[in-house]
Amino acid sequence: MTIRFAGTERYVATDDLTMAVNAAVTLARPLLIKGEPGTGKTQLAEEIARSLGRPLYEWHVKSTTKAQQGLYEYDAVSRLRDSQLGEARVHDIGNYIVKGRLWEAFASEEQPVLLIDEIDKADIEFPNDLLRELDRMEFYVYETRELVRARHRPIIVITSNNEKELPDAFLRRCFFHYIRFPDAATMARIVEVHFPRLKQELLKEALDSFYRLREVPGLKKKPSTSELLDWLKLLLAEDIPPEALRSADGKAAIPPLYGALLKNEQDVHLFEQLVFMNRRATR
Amino acid sequence: MLVRFFLMLREAGVPVSLTEFLALLEALKARLGTLSIEDFYVLGRTVLVKDERHYDRYDRVFGAHFRGLEQALAGPDARALPEEWLRRMAELELSEEERARVEALGGLEALMQALRERLAEQAGRHEGGSKWIGTAGRSPFGAYGYNPEGVRIGQDGSRQRRAVKVWDRREFRNLDDSLELGTRNIKLALRRLRRFAREGAAEELDLGGTIDATARNAGWLDLKLVPERHNAIKVLLFLDVGGSMDDHVRVCEELFTAARAEFKHLEYYYFHNCVYETVWKDNRRRHAERIPTHEVLRTYGADYRLVFVGDATMGPYEILQPGGSVEHWNDEAGSVWLGRLQRAYPRHVWLNPEPEQRWEHVPSIGVARQLLEGRMYPLTLAGIDRAMRVLNSR
Repeated sequence: MTIRFAGTERYVATDDLTMAVNAAVTLARPLLIKGEPGTGKTQLAEEIARSLGRPLYEWHVKSTTKAQQGLYEYDAVSRLRDSQLGEARVHDIGNYIVKGRLWEAFASEEQPVLLIDEIDKADIEFPNDLLRELDRMEFYVYETRELVRARHRPIIVITSNNEKELPDAFLRRCFFHYIRFPDAATMARIVEVHFPRLKQELLKEALDSFYRLREVPGLKKKPSTSELLDWLKLLLAEDIPPEALRSADGKAAIPPLYGALLKNEQDVHLFEQLVFMNRRATR
Repeated sequence: MLVRFFLMLREAGVPVSLTEFLALLEALKARLGTLSIEDFYVLGRTVLVKDERHYDRYDRVFGAHFRGLEQALAGPDARALPEEWLRRMAELELSEEERARVEALGGLEALMQALRERLAEQAGRHEGGSKWIGTAGRSPFGAYGYNPEGVRIGQDGSRQRRAVKVWDRREFRNLDDSLELGTRNIKLALRRLRRFAREGAAEELDLGGTIDATARNAGWLDLKLVPERHNAIKVLLFLDVGGSMDDHVRVCEELFTAARAEFKHLEYYYFHNCVYETVWKDNRRRHAERIPTHEVLRTYGADYRLVFVGDATMGPYEILQPGGSVEHWNDEAGSVWLGRLQRAYPRHVWLNPEPEQRWEHVPSIGVARQLLEGRMYPLTLAGIDRAMRVLNSR
């Protein structure tokens, strides 16, 4: 197998991320991705699918999601209703089995990419319930006494936001990568990919004030890559000149449209106070 | 060789199992990567380490195990400093005079040795100055410097990535859970507290489940019960304020307040250094509105869990002597009050933000621990875990 993932024209993958993805693909292990919010965890699966030309199945996990729902669901209520209406199809239980995302991925004609998004949102037992399915790539449908087996072992990407600890047995079966917050050089590449015609000076000024903002101590939610991209989009849309990002004394300017970067009123408040204090100090 | 690495990882507390070790061997066999040591570092981390909290431990073990080895492994494209190249550069680039000065520093070998030693000493990135490695200085090492025998390190692209080995930079240090609480891991700590709060297994009717099961049963009633989740925990928080403690106390207060919804009751009181006959609820009016500790003892029943937060760093007489308080005259010693609180609330712990290794050197911490019968825990994720376990046990 010689498929290699190396980022795409829309997604900048660092060397260690590339290595992690390729290791997971080659050895057919699920890849668990963690990292600060907004560092492109979910996007990764889309980009893997894109660059390898594989279909993508997304399974977004919520707090109420059960592992069983990824396999299949037995729609008992509509069967009950049908039985009262005297429908003929009620005799075949197979008519009421609804396939889940995992089943769909298993049934795929070519090797698919399966994204299990935010696995930590679900109940603590959720990962444990999927052990055998991820290990052997098969499961049993009790209602129809049928064994479903993957035609091609999917490439599985799992993301987590660290809301819950994942069980050891589950972790042992996965490869793991922690996406770090990109350094300034990588960030410049990421912005380049998203806004190819951004003026160099605007980019530099914007990145400077972005990193300055991240340095502000005590922020509840530091702005992340996705917020930076949103903010740049706004700056472009409003046609803000680079000079506006630079203040007269070289520091302590409130960046315009900073609402896109700070998502929390306490943070905005704290930031304004700091700027105010700074101004008084430099005066 | 790798077996030893594997065992060292386990010793350092990275939970690696045989499955993962075999997976690593499999990955090596599949010829992933170009077999450079950086690739091996990343590959090993991907396969063996499953939690960013353990990245730092992995880095340390990796550094310890592979130090020296990288010299032997270094191929032509290794990013370790290629001595051959340096030597040739030195011959080509340096004038007679400059070469003499290199000799003055002890020759190239000595220079490289000194470099290695300094890398070992130096922790962070550095600019300017004349000793450390970094940019724009007059030290023999680092990029963009003035020193003619300077070793250029990391002159293209992401500078910081080259000068020091990735694993020696130890960037994941603050993800380790034996670290004290900060803004990042406060969320994790909160989760521990929540788990602590959710106890109790009374059963209640699961309405949705019952309807579902009944439908599956084609209309025959099938009752389902689920364990009831109720928050029965009551917490009494005693926080040490004033002086160096304020930051830690704030973190801790936020922590418990954020978990407040999970507790049935959460009450907090402040004290300074040690508990005496009065405590207070409002820090700004601590001298005006004091509450007798006896009143606290009367108000809250024995089912409250008592959590002290404080560094317990003071003169031992502040705990042991009547009149020992630095703020006022106390008729009874702090230890007496501590004893009363302990008897009133059998389930109690003390969280101490001081690093655990320092405890032995502070006499008053020793005294407090003795009084608490060892129930003092560091204010770290792991410490909170242990403390909550003690609070839950009967």
